Amino acid sequence: MPKTRSPRSPGQLPANASPRGLVDHGFVPVRAKLIEVAAFLDRVERYGAADDFRCTALRQAAKLLVDGQPERARRILEQLSDPTTKPDAVSTGKAALGAWQPPATGGGKGTGKVNVKGKMKVAAAHR
Amino acid sequence: MRYIEPHGHMVSRTTDDYQAMVTAGCQAVCEPAFWAGYDRSSVDGFRDYFRQLTEYEPARAAKFLLPHFSWLCINPKESEDLALAADVLAMIPEFLAKPNVLGIGEIGLNRNTRNELKVLEQHVDLAVKHDQLILVHTPHLEDKLKGTRLIVDLLLSHQGVKPGRVIIDHVEEHTVRYVLDRGFWAGITLYPDSKSSPPRAVDMLETAGHDRIWLNSACDWGVSDPLAVPKTAFEMRRRGHTAEFVDEVLYQNPVRFLSQCPKFRLGA
Repeated sequence: MPKTRSPRSPGQLPANASPRGLVDHGFVPVRAKLIEVAAFLDRVERYGAADDFRCTALRQAAKLLVDGQPERARRILEQLSDPTTKPDAVSTGKAALGAWQPPATGGGKGTGKVNVKGKMKVAAAHR
Repeated sequence: MRYIEPHGHMVSRTTDDYQAMVTAGCQAVCEPAFWAGYDRSSVDGFRDYFRQLTEYEPARAAKFLLPHFSWLCINPKESEDLALAADVLAMIPEFLAKPNVLGIGEIGLNRNTRNELKVLEQHVDLAVKHDQLILVHTPHLEDKLKGTRLIVDLLLSHQGVKPGRVIIDHVEEHTVRYVLDRGFWAGITLYPDSKSSPPRAVDMLETAGHDRIWLNSACDWGVSDPLAVPKTAFEMRRRGHTAEFVDEVLYQNPVRFLSQCPKFRLGA
């Protein structure tokens, strides 16, 4: 059976867009989030967890913020994603962890438990 | 303003939320079956849940003059138990004729496993056999990209699936075009800590277009906001989008998709 596809129009900015207004409304909340990222990276260093694969992934992803290329959100999401293509043989738990861990570096993706300096942390299950 | 909440797990919410949603302009709420936060122990647990979705919850919503619709399935988080999944799939047809049931959902993948894929395919078979709309959940976080591709491949390889009758939910910047370009509808979920924020959702509308997209709060028992959809309307208006644009995205788009089921009817 042929797949039905209706044509799709591209997105566009509003006719009366206000670039200055966008910055006025958005700058302070985003400034706060950027400082949260910085403080988080400082915090995990103080606690000796900076080598957790998720923290490493966060630092790598942050480099995309300042590479001068567009579609930063899409590229960061892709960089944090599991790049494999085959379904897994068994489930390793209900919860995703937020960053992909190559199998060769410690148990494969999504063990549900992450060894951080000898402590076992159980990730919360997402809905 | 008026809007549709096309994905809300109202069994997890208080009546205060119904009041707030109606006050904000909600015209209808649609509730997919999902994970309760724990695995149900038997098919009877699902039977009780489906009765809640098709009998009790519509009556609770009606007290606030809000039409309530539902979708049925076993959630991918409980799909590893193939025997239980088979029992639930066999029971679902008993409920498909209920007046508020719109289709099969939210089916999909959680950790992208072979068993989850088997149960997803069985749900798709069921939906096609009974000519039902399909609502698909895509995985979380690092699993979303791979899971979305596996889901789309399965759907496109199924002879009976019409992409225009399938909505693939929880898209983000790395999956929205992949879904839309293959003829499916896409849902953007507005969550405080994951999935999409209101500003990112409007970014996607501005860059990927707004045809075949709906926005939802997916409010449930976790950190979520039943008013996320009307709050996103405010973000659109603040950027300069017209009231007509807001209405098209938040009301007309979901009505267009959901009206493919003849049971989806709104009052005057």
